[in-house]
Amino acid sequence: MVPVDYYIVLSAILFSIGALGVLSRRNPLIIFMSIELMLNAANLAFVAFASVYKTFSGQIFVFFVIAVAAAEVAVGLALIVEIFKAKKNINIDEMNSLKG
Amino acid sequence: MTSDLIVFLVLSLVAIATALGMLFSQTAVYSALFLVLNFVTVAIFYLLLGAPFIAMAQITVYAGAIMVLFLFVIMLLGAESLAPANTLPWQKPLARLLSVILAVEAIYLLFNRASSSMAVTTPDASLNTMESLREMAMTLFNQFLLPFEVTSILLLVAMMGAIVLSRQEKRSS
Repeated sequence: MVPVDYYIVLSAILFSIGALGVLSRRNPLIIFMSIELMLNAANLAFVAFASVYKTFSGQIFVFFVIAVAAAEVAVGLALIVEIFKAKKNINIDEMNSLKG
Repeated sequence: MTSDLIVFLVLSLVAIATALGMLFSQTAVYSALFLVLNFVTVAIFYLLLGAPFIAMAQITVYAGAIMVLFLFVIMLLGAESLAPANTLPWQKPLARLLSVILAVEAIYLLFNRASSSMAVTTPDASLNTMESLREMAMTLFNQFLLPFEVTSILLLVAMMGAIVLSRQEKRSS
């Protein structure tokens, strides 16, 4: 019997850690992982509220979020590999032009 | 009652510690492995909240498929660690300050806005039954059928995008 507030606070903390990762790291792979962490934090809040209101809509939204995250990771990692092939470097500071 | 709280506190400590480990470890492979552990703890939270299907999807899709993809790309690029580039010296302190502000604000607002009537509801594990799974499937395939189908198109588009991006292009100038 854990109050749902605790889950929400945990979700907020995880989201902030993810935001810190996006802001402070220079490796695009780590930035991607931080985005996944933020998506997870949002999912945790969704499921917590769904279990409060005894409805399945929140869980189904989480299901869709997982599908979108999978699609995003597939395309994003393909982009990173392609950028690495073009520039031989994945430092995010080097990626400042759209043209390859 | 207290045992649930103890489980929650220990698991949340593990979740926060693995998230911080993901953030601060210098090698990308270690970051990915920390993140796998974090996803598994979040899956256990889903079980505690009575969402068994989401917990299993979390483990198979996130901890399984997505992280394997990450590990493959990390090993493919061989770019585990970057040389520290000090282009913006004030960036890291500023990022830490901003994320602390974000955390404090989010927690404060959520505590204030959440009405006390819904605060102490019990996410009970009695929802971890076949019956609730069937009910969720009924909701998914009746009320949310159109978004479900759109998701399949989204996955198809992502697959085509990945193929197009990683295709060896024939230079015919």
